Amino acid sequence: MAPPAEVLAVRGLSKTFPGVRALDGVDLTLHPGEVHALIGENGAGKSTLIKVLTGVHRPDAGDITFQGRPVAFSTPMEAQKAGISTIYQEVNLIPLLSVARNLFLGREPRTRLGLLDFGRMHREADEALRAHGVRVDVRQPLRTLGVGAQQMVALARAVATDARVVIMDEPTSSLEPREVETLFSVIRRLRESGIAVVYVSHRLDELYAVCETVTVLRDGRRVHHGRLADLDRLGLVSTMLGRDMGEVRSEGLTKFTGDHHAAAGEPVLQATGLTVPHRLHGVSVGIRPGEVVGLGGLLGSGRTETAKAISGALPLRSGDVVVAGAPLRGGSTPAAIRAGISLLPEDRKSEGIVPGLSVRENIALAALPRLSRFGLVSEARVDAVVDTFVRRLRIKASSPHQKVGELSGGNQQKVLLARWLAMNPKVLLLDEPTRGIDVGAKAEVQKLVDELAADGLGVLLISSDLEELIEGSDRVVVLKDGAVVGELTGDDVTEDKLMRTIAGDPPAPGAVEVAATDD
Amino acid sequence: MTATKTDAPTTAPGEQPADETEPVGSARSERLSALVQQHGALAVLVIVSLVASLSFDSFATGDNVSNMATSSAFLAIVALGMTFVIITGGIDLSVGSLFALGGVLAAWGSRHGTLVALLLPLAVCGLIGVVNGLLVARSRLAPFIVTLAAMLGARGVMLALTDEGAETYLIGKDSFLADLGQGSTLGVGNPVWVTLALFVAGAVVLRRTRFGQHVYAVGGNEDAAALMGAPVARTKVLVYTLSGLLAGLAGALNAAWLASGVTILGGGMELEAISAVVIGGTLLTGGLGHVSGSLVGVLLLKVIQNVINQIGSLDSSYQQVVSGAFLAVVVIAQTWLGRRRRLG
Repeated sequence: MAPPAEVLAVRGLSKTFPGVRALDGVDLTLHPGEVHALIGENGAGKSTLIKVLTGVHRPDAGDITFQGRPVAFSTPMEAQKAGISTIYQEVNLIPLLSVARNLFLGREPRTRLGLLDFGRMHREADEALRAHGVRVDVRQPLRTLGVGAQQMVALARAVATDARVVIMDEPTSSLEPREVETLFSVIRRLRESGIAVVYVSHRLDELYAVCETVTVLRDGRRVHHGRLADLDRLGLVSTMLGRDMGEVRSEGLTKFTGDHHAAAGEPVLQATGLTVPHRLHGVSVGIRPGEVVGLGGLLGSGRTETAKAISGALPLRSGDVVVAGAPLRGGSTPAAIRAGISLLPEDRKSEGIVPGLSVRENIALAALPRLSRFGLVSEARVDAVVDTFVRRLRIKASSPHQKVGELSGGNQQKVLLARWLAMNPKVLLLDEPTRGIDVGAKAEVQKLVDELAADGLGVLLISSDLEELIEGSDRVVVLKDGAVVGELTGDDVTEDKLMRTIAGDPPAPGAVEVAATDD
Repeated sequence: MTATKTDAPTTAPGEQPADETEPVGSARSERLSALVQQHGALAVLVIVSLVASLSFDSFATGDNVSNMATSSAFLAIVALGMTFVIITGGIDLSVGSLFALGGVLAAWGSRHGTLVALLLPLAVCGLIGVVNGLLVARSRLAPFIVTLAAMLGARGVMLALTDEGAETYLIGKDSFLADLGQGSTLGVGNPVWVTLALFVAGAVVLRRTRFGQHVYAVGGNEDAAALMGAPVARTKVLVYTLSGLLAGLAGALNAAWLASGVTILGGGMELEAISAVVIGGTLLTGGLGHVSGSLVGVLLLKVIQNVINQIGSLDSSYQQVVSGAFLAVVVIAQTWLGRRRRLG
């Protein structure tokens, strides 16, 4: 007997955005009833692949065969009509419309006169939701439902449209454990009825609970595919992060000195039990003056959220932040800044620089209140501050009046760093400080972090670059699913231990001596 | 090595299960807010009318009521189209100019017969609506700017047609067109019948057709609507086309009523129509609203105007002060209710 025909086959798919090769010859095959995990770190190309499959983007090269026929969807509607449904991470429904209308939008049952048949619509909506264990009044606006129930409506919508393939993009990120169970039972039912599921998630437990096969993307390329059971957690994590467990590594790839800083005394920052619904579950981190504490973990593990919670940018359900012995009122960015916490955000473009303003103006922006008297900005003081930091951070600009938008990524990052250093912070939270900047600038930023710590600043370092995290940090706190799962100190700060902690594997004594062949 | 998985404790001690899934607000307060939002204007209309008919003998007379009804009819037709546009989250500033242009075109065309007199304004104003819609939907320009340009352009065309307003085209008596504008059936003016018919049709289209669903969906969450497969661009083109058509038709009917194409009409009518729609409970941000509310909004504006006229001692300028104040109150109430209902 021939193996069951593929329902979806993707070959050599490529997609380039200006400056980024998002997909590079990616293959993907799905069989009916297969639950396929699609994983990869930030920027690996998962979202682009999903968007190409669902008709949001068009590929530059490669072809898609769906149910034996070549297809090229140009709108999400076409993909949906053909039988590929998608559930997005953020619920993508219309809050003001009723639950039933959301379920049936675009395919409403109609009477012979061509008018909408509300009786049938409500009846069928009710049945469809009951089948997924959701009991709500389908006439109510969707908005009146909780996030989990809304996600179940999205799910019911996706599977009700005669889908052959259902793509789920982090469907559990806003669900309760009970709701996750419901979702899994729905997925099992889909599998039994021969529907293929693409499951995107960073939660390893979930992947192993429902997925049979896996595709790992990294930098737009498929780096692994096969049965999930053939790959243990450690293997999965290392494939994702691009680290071969047997790989010989030499040290000194980064510009960190590798010396542990003389961190001593009372913590300058002590965050205890930070809890943000669905994001963080009691995360505690302490940083002493002169110490660089790394935050390790996969995408979605709560690293950025921890930094944001400390800096007051995320409202806390519970938990305390104490800066230099003084408790901080939660949920207020100005209060955090006054207390001496500076956050260098992950997304430079949207949360950091003002590209149309000059280097000088960008640096002075946050510090303006300190540099002015009676509401008037003192030009001389601004000049002094700008001059100091341009020199100290070696910012390469034609003059302080050059627009920041014209600078390279590395120099933009330095300008941002200068902005926060101008505030005289006690604690510096760095979220992916070297992402997307060139090698030279990266080395300089790393060197700067070292120098700043040596000057007595407490630094929290978040980085997806394992080398940077390992070599730059004195300690690494490891997060998983919004909770601390381990802490590495001293000689334990190694890639091997870090990945084992992330994967949830206890280090097997003597099992793998990674550094054995190291010179 | 064997993958002995010891699940790391993902739940820290002291963690409480998040209970964010409870519905926002109770169903009862939800329904109450919705009721006020949708029918608040109707309640005010009833109260104002009652007080007015008790206070002024001349208010509740047949003549006055029929006068108010007819003069409301034209604004109501414009507001009907505007309702669709605003529910998609857009705005149409061109309707006042299209109203005037439609009137002039109807009067100009009436010498070639009633059919031309009606079809010409519909064709021209509908076409301008299509262009508005294409620019908004396909070129992704801001509706405010696009329709502002159309407002200026359409006014220019109308002035060119009438030799800077020096020439006025008349509509001959005894034509079907004149009867449509000036005659009455069962004691009610024909424009009022046309308006009522259009509102019934509009309500059915908005509530009971797929196009209507898409209008709400586009205004409620455009990106989600697109991802759910709703034809966003087509819906937008259609609502601006509809708005242009209705503005042209209202202008033509108004010209038939006045027996001439009057060029000075229609100025500021777009703002009056927007006020009526908003007073009627349609959210300016889109996604929520109903045509019956807009009808009530128009009537309310006209009743307030009429009442101020009845108070002989008050300058008629106060009409606008009262209308403006009323609009402000409605918007504040909407925002407040919206915040309670977390509409955004």
